[in-house]
Amino acid sequence: MPRFLLLFTSALLAVASLSSAIAQESLPAPAEETATAKQVSEIKLGYLRAYAPQLALSVLDVPPRDEGIAGAKVAIGDNNTTGRFLGQKFTLEMAEVKPDADVVPAFTEMVSKGVLYILADLSATQLLSIADLARDRGVLIFNVGATDDRLREEDCRANVFHTAATRTMLADGLAQYLIWKQWRRWVLVYGSHEPDRLFADALRRAATRFGGEIIAEKEFTDTGTARRTDTGVVQIQRQMPVFTQDFPDHDVLLVADESEVFGTYVPFRTWIPRPVAGTAGLIPSTWHPASEQWGGTQIQNRFAKANGRRMLSKDMAAWTAARIVGDAATRTQSADPEKLAAFIRADDFSIAAFKGQRLTFRKWNWQLRQPIFLGDGRSVVSTSPQEGFLHQVSELDTLGIDQPETQCELE
Amino acid sequence: MLRRLTFLSAAITVAASMGSPAFGYMVYVSNEKDNTVTVIDSTTMEVVRTVDVGQRPRGITISHDGKFIYLCASDDDTIEIIDTATYEIVGSLPSGPDPELFVLSPDGKTLYVANEDDNLVTVIDLESKSVVTEVPVGVEPEGMGISPDGKALVNTSETTNMAHFIDTETHEITDNVLVDSRPRFAEFKPDNSEVWVSAEIGGTVSVIDNARREVKHKITFEIPGLRAEAIQPVGVRITADGKKAYVALGPANRVAVVNAETYEVEKYVLVGQRVWQLAFTPDQKTIISTNGVSNDITFIDVATDEPIQSVTVGALPWGVVVNPN
Repeated sequence: MPRFLLLFTSALLAVASLSSAIAQESLPAPAEETATAKQVSEIKLGYLRAYAPQLALSVLDVPPRDEGIAGAKVAIGDNNTTGRFLGQKFTLEMAEVKPDADVVPAFTEMVSKGVLYILADLSATQLLSIADLARDRGVLIFNVGATDDRLREEDCRANVFHTAATRTMLADGLAQYLIWKQWRRWVLVYGSHEPDRLFADALRRAATRFGGEIIAEKEFTDTGTARRTDTGVVQIQRQMPVFTQDFPDHDVLLVADESEVFGTYVPFRTWIPRPVAGTAGLIPSTWHPASEQWGGTQIQNRFAKANGRRMLSKDMAAWTAARIVGDAATRTQSADPEKLAAFIRADDFSIAAFKGQRLTFRKWNWQLRQPIFLGDGRSVVSTSPQEGFLHQVSELDTLGIDQPETQCELE
Repeated sequence: MLRRLTFLSAAITVAASMGSPAFGYMVYVSNEKDNTVTVIDSTTMEVVRTVDVGQRPRGITISHDGKFIYLCASDDDTIEIIDTATYEIVGSLPSGPDPELFVLSPDGKTLYVANEDDNLVTVIDLESKSVVTEVPVGVEPEGMGISPDGKALVNTSETTNMAHFIDTETHEITDNVLVDSRPRFAEFKPDNSEVWVSAEIGGTVSVIDNARREVKHKITFEIPGLRAEAIQPVGVRITADGKKAYVALGPANRVAVVNAETYEVEKYVLVGQRVWQLAFTPDQKTIISTNGVSNDITFIDVATDEPIQSVTVGALPWGVVVNPN
């Protein structure tokens, strides 16, 4: 652990403040000349987020202050490096509200500044409160934070694109690996908050879909425990074995605790020695801070250099969203919002995002198809879809709710 | 050359009698994972030596006289110079961080290096082993190609998705040509007329007219039973007569044989897993592919386009170059 912390504090932190300040306009000198020589068109993106400091069971899991935004900034820098060859300049407006606060005023102000592409890191309710307003003003929203399936199903919108994965995509990615391992008998512990229940639902669905079996499940009720209490670990060591004692024998214990109430306490503390997966143990995600496959080293280095920390899933979702806008502007060689939107919606649209294959949108609900990383917090264990999970359209459609099951009806 | 031809005619007999000393072309393969270069005799197709090198060796090329191998040791942020007579590392070049691919000028005096982390192409004078200049390019510069007349350098940037044409006199970018996603490699035709740029994620090879600096044709690939996403073109080589091109297709595990005049794909040669780079033997009779995931290389007969033999090398073979002598 000291190795890990040292890396953060010593070498990189010094660079961080400087680099992030200039990230938006990191154009080398010759670029300015080229840019001024041509007619420069400006393309304004916005980042609208709900934020409040969050606690986590492990201090290592406390979300960084700039989670997501940092990824968007790196993409804006990348877009500008490309833009200097074409006379395009990309900027990023940022606005922050409290979770559950009214987001409409912040949205309206952002749009009044000329922003037509909004990266949203909001709750599902907040996102829906601006989705139709955005449609009326010709604004495209990119959901980079919310994993709620309902935003792609019954509450889908024609102007909302999703670069974040859904809970069902994450659960399916995990389930495929467990089935591939022939670890088919699962028990499930889920938390008492809404997001925990939704992820538990996704895990149950994945079990049915891929031939896993949840032979027992149990709720872990949040009774208001303080996280990271000094002496808490002593009690946990005694409590967790007892809590898992009455489970029948199983291959894997699944955990659904998005709320950070108990999940981290499960691995190594169960009654019988079994691997843990879900929101703890082997965790499915859309990016892994240690992924170096498929050219990943390059984005990881670029991100770490600019931000002084490793790149997380939300950073990658935001990077991808801002790059989608950038790539549309590059390829259409235009800043015309209608041309950009048409390009993104086109049948042959795809984006490269260090995941080993081109990523495309599901046209029925504008969810970005993408592989799911399975990691243990230290390294990438595997990437789903797993070998042998076939699909008539794209193997990536074996992850999450597929077209025949969708409840989305786009206007 | 004469010596070579006489030798080749005798080669079959030599190869047949086991244990004979090997005298074919020396093939050098960089093994990304185990920090080695494998030396293979092209006639016997046997490993003759394994050389320990710097960390994460990838791009590999050789001086025109065949005396020195230049090798990108990516994780050591350096380019190593290896003496082909002794296999000793005799020096290094100032590459900048994380060098991956480079190209040697036709006169053999200048090395052009893609520096992925800094969005730069570094120009290195080989005699003085010093940096001449740096050219700012797009995001994640990768592929490097130079026209046989030495006038135009092409760098591909993987996230910007462009082929940047750089004037080798002025070191200025003269043209930027948009290609498909993650352009990996640039290869000129011997007559300077075209440069072929592979796009790994886009799944295509763009043929760029070197005079007009425009994409004149886009080559696509289709393999029955294989999903389109698995076809990821990387290494490209064109025969000296300009008639035939070979394209390594990454996880499609095949090398495509393309008619370089009609741009039709004529054949897919099944080699090994995750095909990355290609190199001809100097006599152009054989082309060799590096197959990263299966840890081997495959010799392909250029006359018949049939695979001749695969040879196990080190872990994750990446680049390949053949000694001209």
